[in-house]
Amino acid sequence: MLRSLLPSVLLAAAAAAQQTPQAFVGAHLYPIAGPPIENGTLVIQGGKIVAVGPSAQVQVPDNAVRHDASDSVILPGLVDTHSHAGSVEGGDGSGPMHPDARALDSINARDARIQKAQAGGITTANIMPGSGHVLSGQTLYIKHRDSKVIDDLVIRRADGSLAYGVKMANGTNSRKDPPFPGTRAKSAAIVRERFLEAIEYRDKVAQAGDDAGKMPPRDLGLETLGEILAGERTVHFHTHRHDDILTILRLADEFAFNVVLQHVSDGWAVADQIAASPHVLGASIILIDSPGGKLEAKDNQLATAGILEQAGILTGFHTDDSITDSRLFNRMAALAVRAGMSRSGALYGLTMAGARVLGLEDRVGSLEPGKDADLVMLSGDPLSVYTLVRQTWVDGAKVFDRSDPQDRLYAEGGFGASHDQAQLLHGIVQGEHR
Amino acid sequence: MTGRQPLAVLVAGLVSASAGFAQIAVTGATVHTAAGEPLTDAVVVIEDGKISRVGPASEIEIPSGFRTMAAAVVTPGLIDAHSTIGVSGYLNQEHDQDQLETSDPVQPELRAIDAYNPLEPLVEWARGYGVTALHTGHAPRSLISGQTAILKTRGLTLEEAVVKPVAMIAATFGEGARARGNKAPGTRAKMAAMLRADLIKAQEYLEQRASEDKDKRPDRDLRLEALGQVLEGTVPLLVTAQRAQDILTVLRIREEFDIPVVLDGVAEAYEVLDQIRDAGVSVIVHPTMMRARGETENLSFETAGRLYAAGILTALQGGYEPYVPKSRLVLFEAAVAAAHGLGFNDALRSITIDAARVLGVDSRIGSIEVGKDGDLALYDGDPFEYSTHCVAVIIEGEVVSEEIR
Repeated sequence: MLRSLLPSVLLAAAAAAQQTPQAFVGAHLYPIAGPPIENGTLVIQGGKIVAVGPSAQVQVPDNAVRHDASDSVILPGLVDTHSHAGSVEGGDGSGPMHPDARALDSINARDARIQKAQAGGITTANIMPGSGHVLSGQTLYIKHRDSKVIDDLVIRRADGSLAYGVKMANGTNSRKDPPFPGTRAKSAAIVRERFLEAIEYRDKVAQAGDDAGKMPPRDLGLETLGEILAGERTVHFHTHRHDDILTILRLADEFAFNVVLQHVSDGWAVADQIAASPHVLGASIILIDSPGGKLEAKDNQLATAGILEQAGILTGFHTDDSITDSRLFNRMAALAVRAGMSRSGALYGLTMAGARVLGLEDRVGSLEPGKDADLVMLSGDPLSVYTLVRQTWVDGAKVFDRSDPQDRLYAEGGFGASHDQAQLLHGIVQGEHR
Repeated sequence: MTGRQPLAVLVAGLVSASAGFAQIAVTGATVHTAAGEPLTDAVVVIEDGKISRVGPASEIEIPSGFRTMAAAVVTPGLIDAHSTIGVSGYLNQEHDQDQLETSDPVQPELRAIDAYNPLEPLVEWARGYGVTALHTGHAPRSLISGQTAILKTRGLTLEEAVVKPVAMIAATFGEGARARGNKAPGTRAKMAAMLRADLIKAQEYLEQRASEDKDKRPDRDLRLEALGQVLEGTVPLLVTAQRAQDILTVLRIREEFDIPVVLDGVAEAYEVLDQIRDAGVSVIVHPTMMRARGETENLSFETAGRLYAAGILTALQGGYEPYVPKSRLVLFEAAVAAAHGLGFNDALRSITIDAARVLGVDSRIGSIEVGKDGDLALYDGDPFEYSTHCVAVIIEGEVVSEEIR
């Protein structure tokens, strides 16, 4: 929905408009925090949800803009726990670990894939650098707001700091010629050595106290690893093979870090071990249409989601955009149901599970008063192939509307749909030629 | 097909493999025949591998001794109109990748039947979702990469699987065919020039081979022989072209040499619908969920729907993938197309009867009609719905899958 030439005055007006309550009346609501509501009403104001419930019980403010949603389904905005939209980059080829490299400094906020993610109802995403490193850098949690500037997409925690995690990977992903590890054992050893270094650094800083003379030189990478050790920063660990998953559990045990298992193709084989680990916040899985494409994904199967769910593991999904298409994110959950996941577990996986593994469960992932007004309006059953996204709202602002021709172009594809937020490119108006 | 003795042997092998067909009758609450309106509460009887009766359950008496099966929805066995399954393996390691030989940009003599592995796990994978026939072989990404074949997704040997050993000759125009490092073809114009030169050479070869004077006949040349089949009109050129300009280049060369062409990919087909329709060529459109990047950046979920609306004979495909997922499933691709402008009926046609028509095998497969091969897919609901399962697959009367998938 980005208007390339929108003057900032209008942006200010749009922000003011968010103060006007918006009421979505008569929708089939999936609050996720509770059972579905067949005839429900959702009221948002000032970027937050103010009321949600059966239409008969929700009072719509007199000054509210009413949206007839009687033929729509409304879900919380979807949460994608692993995306590469924005052509994000992390560390380079100079070494295997780059905890100092920030996704923040490398995301192209004009990437059309962000608009496509809006068209898929995704409102929150974890933008991950890499792969190809043992630790490719800091990730960035973003909201898919309408903006061309990355600073407008970030999510700030209560203390004003940025919300993000750290991307790591094992298995064949990070194996290559020196200085990269050549074997799995070497990969684990590199991680352990670096974390031990971070422990020493942390202790030196603590011992120095207020004595600037004793303070070690500031090290951005070891600072980040220290945050991981302190439990302030989550590791998002790319992993596929069953033995590589167990290696992560071993490392997490040794250094007591919080980890989200990303991809976790062989998760079905070690579900009990994953469930037993106190350090695993959850799993984020990707279901691919066919097995293989690389050795580690040869046993990737649709049944994994249901198996992890049965084992009691918090299970979310990710697009790994552009491995799968952000516009069809709901498809992932639907395929999980095809192969045994519960329907409620799959809808939870698209929303609240993602919010929880990103530590954003107080802000997003469900329709509850006080939470961010992030929602997606659908034409029907969220798990049906025939269902289309009608509108997507982030922080109380509409960011996608299928009835808008430019938004429809992002949703369906066509000439110019992949150009960087491209009403204009080289000064030429983009759009379908006929 | 003169001088192609090995192929005749293959066809003979097919006949001997026909022994042992089961006799089977399948009842469907809904039977989509792809030959007219869907039937309700209908029966499909398969005898000796062929469909012998189709009609309302109330009118058809199932012969005694026949195995009976039932499903909510029955469709013709699905056809993937363009794949590399069986030639490009799922592990994606050097040893299972035979879809592209890069030593020369023009190698029409490479036969799919010499590369196809009927035991490749992706064959079983596609079959489990209802795919009973594949048009597979050499991949895009080389000016002329080699031949394709049409095969059933069954059997331990090629002979048991093969329907058409030489289906088309695969070519590519555009970025995919661009050679690197000062090698030809490095540009689009060079691609066209090379293809035209080779077709001219093959024309001359055909003329000289037909010479009455035995001494003037050139030695057999497999490469020119293969291109000669295109010039003779017996084997179409399957040309992958994504950009509108590349599609038009293909049509230009087709007209110059009056050769049969099937367009493949066609991400920007919606820009040149009139030209495609006027040329009378058929199209195998890219997988609906193919990634939009590089020369496919402008692809649209709606292209298949727009091709149908323009009256162009169209099939869908699983396509070629170099990474994850290693293959796409044509059923899933049709499902997304169905929801984005194509609609249920045409989406089903695009992976059954229309695919068979594009491939020139519609007299044998693609619909549930008396006399056609007994290839069926059984589902527990709308085949396109994400949560529906394929519950059984039958090829020529033989139940080849009963896994719930």
